[in-house]
Amino acid sequence: MSMATHVDDVLEEIEEVARGAFDLNWQRVLRFGNLLGLALVFIALSGMPVSLDKREVIDGIISLGYLAMLVFPPILGWTVGKEVVLEGMTATKRGARDVVAGFMVGALGGVWVSILVLLVDNYNLRDPLVNWSPELLSLLSFSESVGFGVVAWILLCGVFGAAGAALHLLTPKLRRAVISMILTVVGVSIFQSLIDDLVGGIGESIADPGRLSEFFGEADTPRPRVDSVFDGVIDFIYAQRGGLTIAGAIVLALIAGGLSLSGRGRIAKAKASYNAKTGPERTKQTAIMIAVATVLLIVLPFFTGRITQELLANVGIFLLLALGLNIVVGLAGILDLGYVAFFAVGSYSIAVLTVENPPESWPDWLPTLDGQFGWLLALLITVVLAGLVGLFIGAPVIRMRGDYLAIVTLGFGEIIRILFLSDALGGYFNAAQGITQIPGADFGPLGVAHGTNPRSIFYLVLAFAAISIYVSWRLERSRLGRAWMAVREDESVAEAMGINTVNVKLMAFVVGAVLASFSGAIVSAKVGSVFPTSFLILVSIIILVVVIVGGMGNILGVLAGSFVLIGVLGGPRQPGLLAEFSEYKLLIYGALLIWMMLQRPEGLIPNVRRSRELHQDEFLQDAWLKGEVDTEEDDETSATEVAPA
Amino acid sequence: MTTAVRAKGSQKTGIDWFLTVLRVGLLSIVVFGLFAFVWQQIDNQNPLASWLNPDATGLTADQFKGLVVTGLSQGAMYGLIALGYSMVYGVLGFINFAHGEVFMLGAFSGFITSTKLDQAGWWEDYFLASVFFSVVVAILVSTMAAVVMEKVAYRPLRGSPRLIPLITSIGVSFFIQNAVIVLFGPGAKSYPRLPDWLTDRYSIVTFEIEGTKIMVLVVASLSMAGLWYFVERTKTGKAMRAVAEDREIAALMGIDVNRTIVTTFAVGGAMAGVAGILWGLLFKSVIATTGFLPGIKAFTAAVVGGVGNLGGAMAGGVSLGSAEALAPLMLLEPLGIDGVSQLRDAVAFTLLILVLLIKPTGLFGEKLSGDDRA
Repeated sequence: MSMATHVDDVLEEIEEVARGAFDLNWQRVLRFGNLLGLALVFIALSGMPVSLDKREVIDGIISLGYLAMLVFPPILGWTVGKEVVLEGMTATKRGARDVVAGFMVGALGGVWVSILVLLVDNYNLRDPLVNWSPELLSLLSFSESVGFGVVAWILLCGVFGAAGAALHLLTPKLRRAVISMILTVVGVSIFQSLIDDLVGGIGESIADPGRLSEFFGEADTPRPRVDSVFDGVIDFIYAQRGGLTIAGAIVLALIAGGLSLSGRGRIAKAKASYNAKTGPERTKQTAIMIAVATVLLIVLPFFTGRITQELLANVGIFLLLALGLNIVVGLAGILDLGYVAFFAVGSYSIAVLTVENPPESWPDWLPTLDGQFGWLLALLITVVLAGLVGLFIGAPVIRMRGDYLAIVTLGFGEIIRILFLSDALGGYFNAAQGITQIPGADFGPLGVAHGTNPRSIFYLVLAFAAISIYVSWRLERSRLGRAWMAVREDESVAEAMGINTVNVKLMAFVVGAVLASFSGAIVSAKVGSVFPTSFLILVSIIILVVVIVGGMGNILGVLAGSFVLIGVLGGPRQPGLLAEFSEYKLLIYGALLIWMMLQRPEGLIPNVRRSRELHQDEFLQDAWLKGEVDTEEDDETSATEVAPA
Repeated sequence: MTTAVRAKGSQKTGIDWFLTVLRVGLLSIVVFGLFAFVWQQIDNQNPLASWLNPDATGLTADQFKGLVVTGLSQGAMYGLIALGYSMVYGVLGFINFAHGEVFMLGAFSGFITSTKLDQAGWWEDYFLASVFFSVVVAILVSTMAAVVMEKVAYRPLRGSPRLIPLITSIGVSFFIQNAVIVLFGPGAKSYPRLPDWLTDRYSIVTFEIEGTKIMVLVVASLSMAGLWYFVERTKTGKAMRAVAEDREIAALMGIDVNRTIVTTFAVGGAMAGVAGILWGLLFKSVIATTGFLPGIKAFTAAVVGGVGNLGGAMAGGVSLGSAEALAPLMLLEPLGIDGVSQLRDAVAFTLLILVLLIKPTGLFGEKLSGDDRA
């Protein structure tokens, strides 16, 4: 082949690619571009970029504020090129077309931001829109001129969109590497305070092992700062004023990319070998893993400061609640929106039972309370009370339609809060003043767990979390657990199989209530006070989001959900790692809930059986395609309901 | 209700006894409280009253009438919101939890329009035109919100298990509430001052009624009449009723089901928008969480009246509003309970539980599509 024809071939190919590059599905591009634009404008006006701008992700390059906006063009650029390959069809070839589409989507989104920049520059709408401010303008124009901002947003979003779309061109292995590089850099930056605390603590202990023995001494004396052996590493990764250094980010990205390329197969292999094992061998491996995790958690507070312990204690408190709700919603399929009621009952009853000076007008006919109950006895009474309240709330609602039940339990949740707040029961619970000066959890020789000593609370939470996880795990595999799942899948069939559905559902309420009361009791000991305002419906909904995002009906999922959501974003009142997000966390919870329900209702770590129920149609279709099911016979009406009408 | 599954006359279990006790207990509180109240009105020093609540003074006729009017006007707004719940439940069989937020968006957009008009000086000079304009904006915004909601969040979930769209709508509600907080700030927003002729009291058949409350009642009645005409007399309304009756058969009859569902959401949203601006004008302030409680209570109203039943929704709203206004003072005060007015919301929820325990199909009967009928 001569040189000239070869060049001709190449030119022809380029021409073809170029011609194909603009052969886009313009309608789709327009739709995604406008969607991106709306999202970007909304985020800009929500004030997120301005208030998060203080926190750097990579020092001098990008702050969390810009990241909050720039994360969207790549995602939508990627999504616009995504397509569902139906059975019997072949996927279209990837090429320049995808990148161009991504760029167009990004640029169109950027146009919306540019228009916003011009509007903010020329009009003042600060009256209704509180974030319509000069700071927003200077942020959106990158502290340069307005014209610069206008052009920059279109180009920047376009390039980011194209970059997202370009992921389609990579091989799956490379794509995973790139994604894990990005996630590592962002993650290490976000988890800065945690990593700093933990690595610093371990480093200090290595440098000065003697301080470990001080651990058992007086709980609260702040230890002097010692030079940690890892100070050099920390200083290399993190910049002085927060965020990663550029060099640190590059090194981290390289490590993550390398690990992803070399290690991906190994994790999968380890998982496969674990799954392949059966019987005692598997039990042994599980036991080893659990033991390692337990030991790690037990020694963790030796190395960490108050902040990490506090954070983990909060995660644990919500984990307890989420485990309880997981039994009610995940296993038994009952949507309880008033779950916070049991949390409130737990908090209040332990508070009343252990507090030394009882509420002012404590009625005469009740025995006087001056804290003569030990904490454990009080906990026992609390658990019994919570179980009874579970029965009381459960009994009237148990036969209602699933959706009515949700609203009625929500009503019960509100009624209980209103009662605690009201003067009608003010004599017992001090109404709005709440109960204060609650002593900590007294374990006699083991010491007192109280909020002033976060380490003790951490261990208290750890112990109860371990108990609850064990209980959930055993229950899931028990006769009762199987009955719950049967009721969730089809109540009529379950009843026909001889399950007493009413009793089984009531048991779910009771177990859920008991687990929530544990959490309430710990919170009382931790905070030292209870107020009715801590028990808004909001709490129920946040726990619901944790369970759903993690994966309904799966303990691992609930664990992951609590760590990720409560740990990073924070609970209703408790700050998470991203304390800057506190204003926006509820917004993010709402968005997450919608997105999960639309895209992945089974959660991040799904329960296999549950996810089959949710995707019944798809499974049936697959089976039909493979010719396994005779379509005449499938009964679509009975199977598609969680709770039968 | 799943009770239908159980054979009639089957063995009574513990839970049945418990429910019976609960029903009887709740009803006897109502009857007993009412009895004590009436006796107290007749003779303030009667032995029953002095045993239960020695400080009870009873209500004067004016107080009673005031409570009735408050209850009615509040209830009219609940009724307007309840229409949206009821229609959507009738057609799709799921509770649109975010409907309260649609109402809140109406109140909020009404606030923005009216303050802008006030700043321009038109609110005072051309009051009626300004109010009309604000109402139009509120209706538009609420309708848009409901339609977008349906399209983005609910349509993809049609046909999925029943609780999935409900959970999604909780997410939508949470999202809208917090979006309003971050966009417009968390504080309470005050509507501009109303002219005196609207806030004055008028005497109508011995009732002293504030102008705003008259306005609420009139506008609510007009909206209800308009809705009735739309649903019962127009072709689109007929299509809506057909889809509510049986979606599949309606589709076979050539009705565009998707369009009808969108219309249902739109009409429900418009009613919520009207309720929203009335709420703003009556209570003069609005906050991002305004939608939550009225939303839940409107759902209660829909259940009380019978889900899917439009007249029932309105009647349910009015009964709920009156019960909420009257019950604390008429039933609970004579029983010697402290701080009864704090228990208003608890009364509303208890009414929901009571109705579901005693007559789950609502006072005026349900009208649901085939699959959802109990």
